[in-house]
Amino acid sequence: MANVSAASPVEVEPTLTPDEITFLAKPWVTIVWNDPVNLMNYVSYVFRKYFGYSEAKATKLMLEVHNDGRSVVSTGTREEMERDVQAMHEYGLWATMEKAT
Amino acid sequence: MGAFTRHRKSRLIIANFTGFESDLLRSLASQIVELLRNEAAVPDDARDPFEAMMDFSGPTSEPEDPVLQRLFPTAYLEDDEAASEFRRFTEGSLRDGKAAAACTIIDCLEEAGLPPELEEDGLMIDVELDEPTAETWMRSFTDIRLALATRLGVEDGDEEIWDAMDDDDPRAQAHDIYEWVGWLQETIVEALTA
Repeated sequence: MANVSAASPVEVEPTLTPDEITFLAKPWVTIVWNDPVNLMNYVSYVFRKYFGYSEAKATKLMLEVHNDGRSVVSTGTREEMERDVQAMHEYGLWATMEKAT
Repeated sequence: MGAFTRHRKSRLIIANFTGFESDLLRSLASQIVELLRNEAAVPDDARDPFEAMMDFSGPTSEPEDPVLQRLFPTAYLEDDEAASEFRRFTEGSLRDGKAAAACTIIDCLEEAGLPPELEEDGLMIDVELDEPTAETWMRSFTDIRLALATRLGVEDGDEEIWDAMDDDDPRAQAHDIYEWVGWLQETIVEALTA
């Protein structure tokens, strides 16, 4: 994407904390659910390959899926999460999306 | 036989299958292709019949077959309308991608020397895959495993049930194949990360 030197038209409410700004900008999450089929090393490979996560982060998320039944694997706009969910379905993972709570 | 490894010099992902194993993989991949093509990806909903007929961009309701339900899960659990829209825009290309991946397995095996009808005894098939192709095999193995597991009703922690099943039971044989494809997949992942 090209660099734009003009001032950004988006004005951020100055009273918001950084966390609140992130929350408002990224209100959706992709959730991967546990299933009895997908192998642990495969799931963690997919997280590394598709999201570009480190081995440590991918393993942590994979273990969350395995132990807790689900894990939030990415956060972003609705359009971004639709892309992520579709990609997870390409890999055969059981993924859904919802508004961040 | 069949474990995938990374060839040190060429960096290719290689495996060596018997004729029987190759024929089995081809048959599993062919079944995925057929399954994806059989239940047409067409809209099936309760809209105005004419409006529904004029919209053939993609399906909006869950597939009926449990295997297809698992291959194309509902993306929004609490918003049916958004789930239908998501399905309309994604299921067609997901189906095409999964069918193409299964076809890649068939093509690679046949290019490596698997004849249309397996007759010869002692035939060995060497496959040599570059990384993107090995990834395609890996993804398609997932689809094959999801299909077998859904038909078999595989659940977490049910290993004892399968172990105790009579060897002559066709379900036990199908489960052995399911496990074998899982093992193959695990070795592809290991080879890809090696």
